[in-house]
Amino acid sequence: MPLIEVRDLEKIYEEGGVKTPALRGVSFDIKQGEFVAIMGPSGSGKSTLLHILGFLDKHTGGKHCFDDKNSDNYSGDEIAKLRNKKIGFVFQMFNLLSRATVLENVKLPLLYSDIDESQWEKVATAAVEQVGLLHRIHHDVSQLSGGEKQRVAIARALVNNPSVIFADEPTGNLDSKSGGQIMELIEALNDKGHTIILVTHETYTAEYAERVIYLKDGEIESDKKIIERHRVGKDGFFK
Amino acid sequence: MTILGIVIGITAIMLVMSLGKGAENLILTQVQSIGSKTIAIAPGRQPKGPTDFISTFTDSLKEKDVELLEKKANVPHLSKIMPIVFGSQIAYFGNETYRPTIFGVTDLFAKIYDIYPSEGRLFTEEEIKGYADVVIIGSKVKDELFGNDEALGQKIKIKGRSFKIIGIFPQKGQLSFLNFDEIALIPYTTAQQYIFGIKYFHRFIIEADSEENVPQTVDDIKITLRNSHNITDPEKDDFFVETQAEAMETVSTITNVLTLFLMAVASISLIVGGIGIMNIMLVSVTERTREIGLRKAIGATDKDILFQFLAESIILTGMGGIIGIILGASFSFITSVILSKFFALNWEFVFPLTGMFLGLGVAGAVGLIFGLYPARRASLKSPIEALRYE
Repeated sequence: MPLIEVRDLEKIYEEGGVKTPALRGVSFDIKQGEFVAIMGPSGSGKSTLLHILGFLDKHTGGKHCFDDKNSDNYSGDEIAKLRNKKIGFVFQMFNLLSRATVLENVKLPLLYSDIDESQWEKVATAAVEQVGLLHRIHHDVSQLSGGEKQRVAIARALVNNPSVIFADEPTGNLDSKSGGQIMELIEALNDKGHTIILVTHETYTAEYAERVIYLKDGEIESDKKIIERHRVGKDGFFK
Repeated sequence: MTILGIVIGITAIMLVMSLGKGAENLILTQVQSIGSKTIAIAPGRQPKGPTDFISTFTDSLKEKDVELLEKKANVPHLSKIMPIVFGSQIAYFGNETYRPTIFGVTDLFAKIYDIYPSEGRLFTEEEIKGYADVVIIGSKVKDELFGNDEALGQKIKIKGRSFKIIGIFPQKGQLSFLNFDEIALIPYTTAQQYIFGIKYFHRFIIEADSEENVPQTVDDIKITLRNSHNITDPEKDDFFVETQAEAMETVSTITNVLTLFLMAVASISLIVGGIGIMNIMLVSVTERTREIGLRKAIGATDKDILFQFLAESIILTGMGGIIGIILGASFSFITSVILSKFFALNWEFVFPLTGMFLGLGVAGAVGLIFGLYPARRASLKSPIEALRYE
């Protein structure tokens, strides 16, 4: 049973009577625990696809199932709950509350969860520790570097222990060194069992994935498994 | 700045309510000081409306009525009766002139209004019966005519007659509708006969022997006067009787209406403030579109967003309300101090507890009503569009 199933997925933007198709019938399955990179030139519909898969946007045709349930059958509150518990999002622009501290930002999803308030501090601190920012936990995020900000965003995404983490160009605003660190962090999360769906146009980030879906003009051009992944263990050997 | 409108509105409400209550208390204590055993009889019908004013000026109260009312058989619980005539006349002393309000009364006047001469004495029974030319003057009358000179025992001229000053009242100031410093009291007999040249009275003031007997006395007075005036239909009474209890009710009705009116004015500023809050909230919703998108992306429901913005709006107005309450209370306190210090009024500061709750309630309601629209707009934003917002 796939975690995510899409069949003939379509998305048409309509503005002022002008219809712009962004996705023209996309079909694939994603299983629990996979690390999928969605690639393609800008305008190919990769971000749109990610937003639909992550319940941030609605498709206009075809079928999208999450956890064996058609997304059309989720109510507004169910979708909110899904975004909160099963989905974590990492954005290119970080989207942090700049006037709040690292800890406060990471706590934010807990606010909407059913986790008891007494546990928030512990859970959020554990997430911050996981991304290696414990030494900056009480700093305002405005004082952090880009790489550190993205780590905060990742900690926020994983604080509710979601089954899927969606990452929309997570390294797009970072230099290649901190980009690499972020990708290693994401890879480690995949190793722990989180499904990762990553949108990128950079080949070096896509190399961390085990499967690459290449989109062009709203259609799948290729969907390939990468056997030899660019994964180097701490010991210097390929995993 | 944003909550200024709310602050002003709540301050105004607090101020109005506090001052209204203070004014009511002041007038009520004054009215009460006149004595709850007191009954006033005025000629004419009770005015039924503003155009009915004329009917109060009639000449139905006569000397004959005084004699009848004084009879124990007619009004058993009457302890004292004072006929009153009044009017304005010029008083002369040498080259000085002053126009006091002349009251033709008896010594009961002092007891009822609780004002006694600081120098000299009141009228005697003989002086009243004997049409004596004696006068007791208010403090301002004394100052205007005599300055710092000795006035007691001097003679002043009113309408060509010489009146000997037998008493001077201390400064008392305004009490309901009368300034006691600007009066001159003479026996009602003298006033009727020589000053005003009339055969009737403007008022009777009657004191009952006890408070419990006031209603009975009112009934007795009505029966006696109807008999005396040959009236069978109470609708056609040519006099009306008013007790202090009724007067107090009238006063508190007037101040209540006044307070309500002023509060209506204050509420306009609240509405203006509310619209200001709405604007600020709309700006805040726009400014924080991305935040709204993010919150939704990480699991906030529409309701969560709605409540967040509503709560912010209510906190904003609530803060305005609290500041308004503090300002309003201090302003009314300052006003009460000024009024009692500089105007020699016996004004008491009243903390308007109802005003406080009303103020807080109104502020909260303004926040709720004017916050609802921006909050709803925020909650309905699609997460991805909100996140894309620049």
